[in-house]
Amino acid sequence: MSEAVLKSASPNQPWTLPSRGIVGMTCLIIAEIAIFVIFVVAYIFYIGKSLSGPMPKDVLELPIFTTICLLSSSLTVHAAVSALQKGKQLLCSLWLAATVFLGGIFIAGTAHEWYDLIYKHGLTIRTNLFGTTFYSLVGLHATHVVIGLILLSLALLFSMRGEMKEEHSEKLEVLSLYWHFVDGVWVIVFLVVYVLGR
Amino acid sequence: MLVLSITAAIFLIVAGILAYVLVKYRSRASNGEGEQEPPQIYGSNQIELSWTVIPILIVVMLFLATTRVVYTTERAQRPANALDVTVIGHQFWWEYRYPELGVVTANELHVPVSDHPQTLPTYLTMSSADTDHSFWVPRLAGKMDLIPNKVNTMWIDPQMKGLYLGQCAQYCGVQHAKMLIRVYADSPEEFAAWVEHQRQPAVDDPAVAEGRNVFMHNACISCHTIRGTVATGRFGPDLTHVGGRETIASGSVPNNPANLREFIDNPANFKPGALMPPMHLDTHDLDAVTAYLTTLK
Amino acid sequence: MATQIPVNELHDQGAQAPRRLWLEMLHGWVTTVDHKKIGLMYIGYALIFLVVGGFEALLMRIQLAIPNNHFVSPEVFNGLFTMHGTTMVFFVGMPILFGFGNYLIPLMIGARDMAFPRLNAFSFWISAFAGFLLYFSYIGGSGLYGAGSAPDVGWFAYAPLTARVFSPGHSTDYWTLALLLTGIGSIGTALNIVTTIICMRCPGMKMSRLPLLPWIYLVMSGLTFVAIGPLTAAQIMLMLDRYVGSHFFDTQAGGSAVLWMHFFWIFGHPEVYILVLPAFAFANEIIPVFSRKAIFGYPAMVAASVGIGFISLSVWAHHMFTVGLGPGGNTFFVLATMIISVPTGIKIFNWLATLWGGKIQFTASMMFAIGFLFQFLVAGLTGIMLSVAPFDWQLGNSYFVVAHFHYVLVGAILFMVFSAFYYWYPKMTGRMLNEKLGKWHFWLFVIGFHLTFDLMHVPGMLGMPRRIYTYEADRGWMIWNLLISSGAIIQTVATILFVYNMVSSYFKGPIAGSDPWDAWTLEWSIPSPPPSYNFAEIPIVGSRRPLWDLKHPDDPDTDYEMGQADPQEKQEEGA
Repeated sequence: MSEAVLKSASPNQPWTLPSRGIVGMTCLIIAEIAIFVIFVVAYIFYIGKSLSGPMPKDVLELPIFTTICLLSSSLTVHAAVSALQKGKQLLCSLWLAATVFLGGIFIAGTAHEWYDLIYKHGLTIRTNLFGTTFYSLVGLHATHVVIGLILLSLALLFSMRGEMKEEHSEKLEVLSLYWHFVDGVWVIVFLVVYVLGR
Repeated sequence: MLVLSITAAIFLIVAGILAYVLVKYRSRASNGEGEQEPPQIYGSNQIELSWTVIPILIVVMLFLATTRVVYTTERAQRPANALDVTVIGHQFWWEYRYPELGVVTANELHVPVSDHPQTLPTYLTMSSADTDHSFWVPRLAGKMDLIPNKVNTMWIDPQMKGLYLGQCAQYCGVQHAKMLIRVYADSPEEFAAWVEHQRQPAVDDPAVAEGRNVFMHNACISCHTIRGTVATGRFGPDLTHVGGRETIASGSVPNNPANLREFIDNPANFKPGALMPPMHLDTHDLDAVTAYLTTLK
Repeated sequence: MATQIPVNELHDQGAQAPRRLWLEMLHGWVTTVDHKKIGLMYIGYALIFLVVGGFEALLMRIQLAIPNNHFVSPEVFNGLFTMHGTTMVFFVGMPILFGFGNYLIPLMIGARDMAFPRLNAFSFWISAFAGFLLYFSYIGGSGLYGAGSAPDVGWFAYAPLTARVFSPGHSTDYWTLALLLTGIGSIGTALNIVTTIICMRCPGMKMSRLPLLPWIYLVMSGLTFVAIGPLTAAQIMLMLDRYVGSHFFDTQAGGSAVLWMHFFWIFGHPEVYILVLPAFAFANEIIPVFSRKAIFGYPAMVAASVGIGFISLSVWAHHMFTVGLGPGGNTFFVLATMIISVPTGIKIFNWLATLWGGKIQFTASMMFAIGFLFQFLVAGLTGIMLSVAPFDWQLGNSYFVVAHFHYVLVGAILFMVFSAFYYWYPKMTGRMLNEKLGKWHFWLFVIGFHLTFDLMHVPGMLGMPRRIYTYEADRGWMIWNLLISSGAIIQTVATILFVYNMVSSYFKGPIAGSDPWDAWTLEWSIPSPPPSYNFAEIPIVGSRRPLWDLKHPDDPDTDYEMGQADPQEKQEEGA
């Protein structure tokens, strides 16, 4: 049928468009931010409204060490991406390992904090409004950290087997974007739960 | 009225233009082919500016008018002699308490009519014992929701005596449709008489002592209150003066012995899903307790 | 004749051939990642649910035709209005609009597929499963006649009615889980749409040359990201409350029922804009073609659509005027809601200006588009009435509101969807829909629609609240309900005509060719139906209406692009 032939001469200027992976991940991050915002709003709304039970200032300690670990892991993952962009695969593996390690410390620290909260202070998700909003918000974040760690470990595995090359650096960058998002959320959670809410 | 005239005007103008355009600019060719394309007009800054600015002005005007009404209604000056009624929504009935008058009743709300030139509004303080409800009597006021763990207030100010009908306007469960409201606007004298009567404890007619016994020895007392007896349950409507109400089952059926009997036997006869369970009384007890409740005027 | 489709082989396989061909076809559809096939699956799926949801509406209208009717029990009725609303919004509206978007966007921007084809397929199948899960609820619990565990908490599932204590069965759970899953699908598709539009436009198609349909889908997808999140979050909270014992909406523990309302409507209001924006997108493509004029004020249309998207995020509590937000809260939302009428009005005026001075062709598609214009105007005006909070105090949660939003959903959106069907069916199938049947469909539906939804405003004004399974005879509502119900039957007949048209035209309709409407966007430059690769050669465009430029070299759009004309491109054209 009449396939109208549009101009198919080569364009005079180069036609460049943003990368799909970055745009797609950005969209996902926006959607996830929308979910987190609601949990943060619920947390802030219920500050001081618990009818009973342990209050934040009684049981919460500033998780300085784990926070430093998590935020540093953003630096290490950025270094991993830079290394891969320059073709330095071994360096990339090292930085990725550091990222997974630091993220692992964060999760272990959270687990330890929760163990104490549950068994020493008797605070669970059903104890009061503080328990409900605390565990759900921090738990949602921790879930995202775990997912990130799984993906980063996979990347580390590929990298260690020498299968991750310079041309994959954009995919690693997309993953690192996710990880930066997770860290960014932690900054907010930290401020709202451990600073504002106490 | 302002709102209606603005929207009506917009409607007539825009729909008019639409109709005009459809007639004037219809394609004249029989099959559309070979007809010259009309001049392509891509836009016009002046026109577009005008139909941006004019709506903005309309919005500003409408907004200011609305704000005035919102504030005058919600921040109305409360006169000293206003009547206070506490309304508590239940699945699927209305509890009315008059804290300053010591009256508790259910489903049929009595308020005094404003006596010109004095106004005598009734302030309703509302909350819910279970799910969300909404109090809506269209001829008296807009609706206001009854929400658990939250207290809302509104006022009504009937100017004419009579019965005003309404119903729950927020879906609250199976029998939301039968959570009807009856507001009786009485003259101040009638209202005072009604209050006085409601404050009396329950009528104790020895002729229906048997029915009274049936009531007091069954599960009835765990949900219902009849003042002056051992029945002090708060889960269901207060029955102290139930005989004097025009309807039962929250306004959905007329109050007569036959309906009362059928309701007590099994509320699902009228309101399937109502929270009162069938009482499993035998015929004799059923007749007796019905007779008793009928005397509670 | 070297490379031949092995049709002869299949014929020679005798009786086995039809079944194997069938299985292969089925396999092809189930495993496809082609945006066109996925788009068609979305549309077909939505049409099935349209019939189901419509049937639920019909049952409700029969129950409400006379007072104190006993056609269905209260439990069944409450399930019906919940399922009707949930189905229509999530399993008709969203899929049909995503379906059209999926099909058309790559074609309109000169791409070969969406950015993430496998994500596309995944999004479809998870939504399809969600619909199945929702309807499985009818069989769960005590089975079909007792309406099983079908959700009966209303499509907005207010807390604390949804708490375990007030909804002990699984009806709420089916509602929550089905919507959580379809939400994931929606986010996936929206992500795909945004990435495709930003990253896969053909050379020369700068954002300022993007046809208005992809522009609006861009806004709609952005809204999807921001709106579905709150619903997902609220539903996670609800599940935690129901099963883990948390207290998000537990008023006994100090929780707030109003918080659910805020979260739900922060999703719910943008959601209805997500539903209506694609209708605007279709109008932006269809009205110009049948007026034979370019859309009036392209930049304003883009700006208005973006503006509507942003403002829609700030109006949610106009669903909560009766909740007791206080005069400050109420007036804020009055203002935001009124403001959104400005860009919306601009769009209506621009459409009128497009029609003005044109040569209007009254095809079935155009007639539905004109119906959309008129009805959307009315719906917008009743919306303005409701935005006046004191008006809403009387009319909120009544049949006036039901009439208003059905005016938008049916009168505007569904009409525009019908218009889109008549317009793009030739492209998708290669055949034209029957115009005469189309006009019968239009007139019957218009009569039924107006009978039902014009009159429906009246019971609302007479005090009839929504979501009631019956009503008393002494309120004066009966005659209106009876007439409303009869309009529903007329609309049903019209819809049957439409379905018949779609099926019979597939086999007997006149061949369409690639450009039956003499239109101007890229999808009309390829065969109908398009080959799997869409474009043999990726096109290069120099204006907003590439085909207009080709057909009118003496008067091309490139001359008029507001200061965007690339001098080098103009040279090429002149050569």
